[in-house]
Amino acid sequence: MKSAMQIAADVRSGVSSASAELERTLAVVEQRNAELNVFLYVDVDGARAAASVIDSRIARGENVGALAGVPIAIKDNLCQVGIPTTCSSKILEGWRPPYNATVLDKVIAAGAVPVGKTNLDEFAMGSSTENSAFGPTRNPLDPSRVPGGSSGGSAAAVAADMTSISLGSDTGGSIRQPAALCGLVGVKPTYGLVSRYGLIAFASSLDQIGPFSKTVTDSALLLEVLAGHDPKDSTSLPEAAPSLVVHVDDGVAGKRIGLVRELYQGADDSVVASVHAAAQALRAAGAEIVEMSIPELGLTLSAYYLIAPAEASSNLARFDGVRYGLRVKADDVTAMMEATRTAGFGAEVKRRIMLGTYALSAGYYDAYYGQALKVRTLTIDAFARAYQQVDLLLGATTPSVAFAFGDKTADPMAMYLNDVFTIPTNLAGDPALSVPFGTGEGNLPVGVQLLGPGRSEAQLFAAARVLEIADGRP
Amino acid sequence: MSNAISREEVAKVARLARLTLSDAELELYTEQLGQILGHALDMNSLDLSDVVATAHPFGVTNVVREDVITPSLDRETVLAMAPDAVDHRFAVPRILGEAP
Amino acid sequence: MTLPNGWEMVVGLEVHTELLTKSKLFCGCANHFGAEPNTNICPVCLGLPGSLPVLNREAVDFAMRIGMALHCTIAPSTFHRKNYFYPDQSKDYQISQYDLPINSGGYLDLPDGSRVTIERAHMEEDTGKSTHLGGSGRLAGADSSLVDYNRCGVPLVEIVSGPDIRSSAQARAYAGELRGILIATGASDGRLEEGSMRFDANVSIRKSGAPFGTRCEIKNLNSLRSLQRAIEYEALRQVELIEEGGVVRQETRHWDENLGETSTLRVKEDADDYRYFRDPDLVDLAPDQAWQDRVRAALPPMPAERRGLVVALLGEPSEAQLDAVEVVIDLGLEKYVHAVVDAGSDAALAVARAANEIAADVDHVDNLSVEAFVTTLTMEQRGELSATQAKTVLAELLAHGGDPRAIAADKGFEQLSADSLGATVATLIASNPDEWTRYRDGDEKLAQFFIGQVMKLTKGQANGKAVIAELQARR
Ligand SMILES: [Mg+2]
Ligand SMILES: [Zn+2]
Repeated sequence: MKSAMQIAADVRSGVSSASAELERTLAVVEQRNAELNVFLYVDVDGARAAASVIDSRIARGENVGALAGVPIAIKDNLCQVGIPTTCSSKILEGWRPPYNATVLDKVIAAGAVPVGKTNLDEFAMGSSTENSAFGPTRNPLDPSRVPGGSSGGSAAAVAADMTSISLGSDTGGSIRQPAALCGLVGVKPTYGLVSRYGLIAFASSLDQIGPFSKTVTDSALLLEVLAGHDPKDSTSLPEAAPSLVVHVDDGVAGKRIGLVRELYQGADDSVVASVHAAAQALRAAGAEIVEMSIPELGLTLSAYYLIAPAEASSNLARFDGVRYGLRVKADDVTAMMEATRTAGFGAEVKRRIMLGTYALSAGYYDAYYGQALKVRTLTIDAFARAYQQVDLLLGATTPSVAFAFGDKTADPMAMYLNDVFTIPTNLAGDPALSVPFGTGEGNLPVGVQLLGPGRSEAQLFAAARVLEIADGRP
Repeated sequence: MSNAISREEVAKVARLARLTLSDAELELYTEQLGQILGHALDMNSLDLSDVVATAHPFGVTNVVREDVITPSLDRETVLAMAPDAVDHRFAVPRILGEAP
Repeated sequence: MTLPNGWEMVVGLEVHTELLTKSKLFCGCANHFGAEPNTNICPVCLGLPGSLPVLNREAVDFAMRIGMALHCTIAPSTFHRKNYFYPDQSKDYQISQYDLPINSGGYLDLPDGSRVTIERAHMEEDTGKSTHLGGSGRLAGADSSLVDYNRCGVPLVEIVSGPDIRSSAQARAYAGELRGILIATGASDGRLEEGSMRFDANVSIRKSGAPFGTRCEIKNLNSLRSLQRAIEYEALRQVELIEEGGVVRQETRHWDENLGETSTLRVKEDADDYRYFRDPDLVDLAPDQAWQDRVRAALPPMPAERRGLVVALLGEPSEAQLDAVEVVIDLGLEKYVHAVVDAGSDAALAVARAANEIAADVDHVDNLSVEAFVTTLTMEQRGELSATQAKTVLAELLAHGGDPRAIAADKGFEQLSADSLGATVATLIASNPDEWTRYRDGDEKLAQFFIGQVMKLTKGQANGKAVIAELQARR
């Protein structure tokens, strides 16, 4: 599979065409989608039309952008005009948004060709893509296992060589965890770097859109396109998009990188071994590795599983059967709303809505939501202190390699523990990425996680590139 | 240890959230939410009285737009999304009480 | 009205006012009353999945103007979500300010000298509007409802008074004065009939000096008259209830204008759990000193100050004159009055003409230049125009604009010369000898008879004062 960088170069130079690249993608989708359940909707006609427009623009000598003719898969919680957008929920089945998410406008303006919408855990709530109303997505590397979640479909699209890049969203690890389980690079940018406008909210103070790709450079390339101020999002950083691709080969010489015990402790042996090997590779490339402990990170799982559901309980209130989506008929409006929501939401979504409703309700706010916000402060302060000592942090992305279907569905707490290494940076609003490094059980990929302070994406990509080379993907 | 949340509380929360639970679901959610909340109560072992709450990691303030009218959506497009529309309005079954 | 048997009412008002911004509070849809249903809606105000709010700067300016006019402290504030399911609310939560409102701790002084404290004046968004089908067209008994989201997201400021009001008349005076302030700040058009101001009244009763009683909230009163009547009714209802051995239950009540009574809407329940929390889609609002100074510098004088300036021109005004001043302030007509006084003419006449003639056609006030008004009143005072003629000229100026002298000439309002007036009076004396005798013997009423006769003969072109002068001269 060619990288997005290569596809764009080939399309621009005439070696290939947007249409040819799209047909190759459609052929793989045709071949594997029934088995893997990656795409919930493939916009064949729209994508073909978009590709041919790009080809004719190139024929006229126009500059069509950094992602010229690159097919891209879109997580189905991002709004695209006229394209069914479901969040993998029955409550939105058949809904076609009348507007584009800002990131859709951006990738289209950069010449990319959106191919279709990928499966996810319903409303991005989950770590395995088993919580989809439209069936689970299978891990292309081992179809008996999960691809991770919630952006499991977008990860699987790239892992199955359907597309070279895709868009996911990360609230507590929903890009990095599936990236790790599918052997990909996945990035959760600094909060506010990428506009959330048109991302169907799960937890607004935590959600960020980010890229999946096989190579570090492709993620940097895509993130450059996605980033930058958006006046439609009040929580969008005021500055223009940073330059990332030019820094990918900056290396780590002279950098101080903290190896954080709380970010790999308790993981499977193979994962711990990969993290230590990654530390060794970074040291070999000239970084100083500092072993550290940040005890506050031990509290973040509890805080996250109150804050995210609390925000979600409010964000998901609008799905009430009045204006769009599913309606289950009933005699009065309250009964209609109840019947609609009861039929439209799956078990995990209901669980989190109730958890969040409870955490915010009178008499419990202080003990739960209020306390969680204080732990959030401790987390932010702890990271800030760490970044006074070191430039970046290193740890595991997930406690294990991809697990089998049904392994953790019976016990919500077991599923939530999957996110233990990824959620701290969502609480802090800082960036982090997962990059494949080594293998574990069943020869499945292991992801290691690099974390940095706000706006440190260029440094994270440079460190990830060092690991990519050391892992044998020059 | 007693559960961190009672059946009655789960039932009340479901009503607040406009969800209907069967008896079996009520049972299951009471146990599961109890487990998650029990875990969360770990936080209460810490004295956080001097810690300020942070609701959001985003530090920028005073984000405003100018008071300029921008185009609205086409009404037919919007109403086509509606489960039920009458007379250019969104139709709902009878409303039992006034807004709070 | 006072309550019987030593009972005292305790009233606090919550006033919602829509702000006169061009666009809505968090999106660019037009903030326009009376548009075709569901034409001013977008992904944000319709609460479509994925949409995000961005705050309107002008709404913040208006909120600060209101706060400054009410002597509030302006402080860093946040936006919260008030969560409750209701079909007219597109997100099933309302974005409002909660524990940190933009304005708090102010007061409003009423014309009678009493002071009502202002607890807070915060920003929030309005809901959509429902029409009820079947039954009587009211919510109760309807078969279904239709929702129009044009109003959803329109900016509101909610002004919450302290429980300082002690009579329904005071409540009305407070609401009226507040309305004048809101109009003066430019934040509101004050059009109660269009719902741009709505009142909720919290009413309780107590024996003087006793602790506060349980209060009932009367929702959605939309005229000053309803406000006053509803409070009176509710206070009396509570007195009767308690005196019959009952207890007041905390509840929300509805005012029926036709029946003239309040009735239970809903009893406060623990289901009223709004789960307020900070809206994670919006950032803190903390207008710096420069922003506040800019708003303060643009703040025009408030009604109390303006009223004082006009009243001072009148010396010892009568009740009727004070009412006229109220109309002048309410309609913002005092520039006409001040210009007349500056030109050396009579303030009382200017107030009367403004409160009656201009007010009668205030929609066209832009046609009437201050200069034209001054000229007209000066002509009237000099006797060049009779009162009737002056009123006609003003009506014409309001309808079409123009030059008062030209209008007077055009209408043939040439003032009778003193000679011809003298001749007319002499003729009338000769033809009405009995009346003349009685007048000469001291019956002053007969002056009106002669004035009337002169007016008839001159088709209203004579000046009443000049006629009296002629009569006096011949007495
Ligand atoms: Mg309110
Ligand atoms: Zn709008």
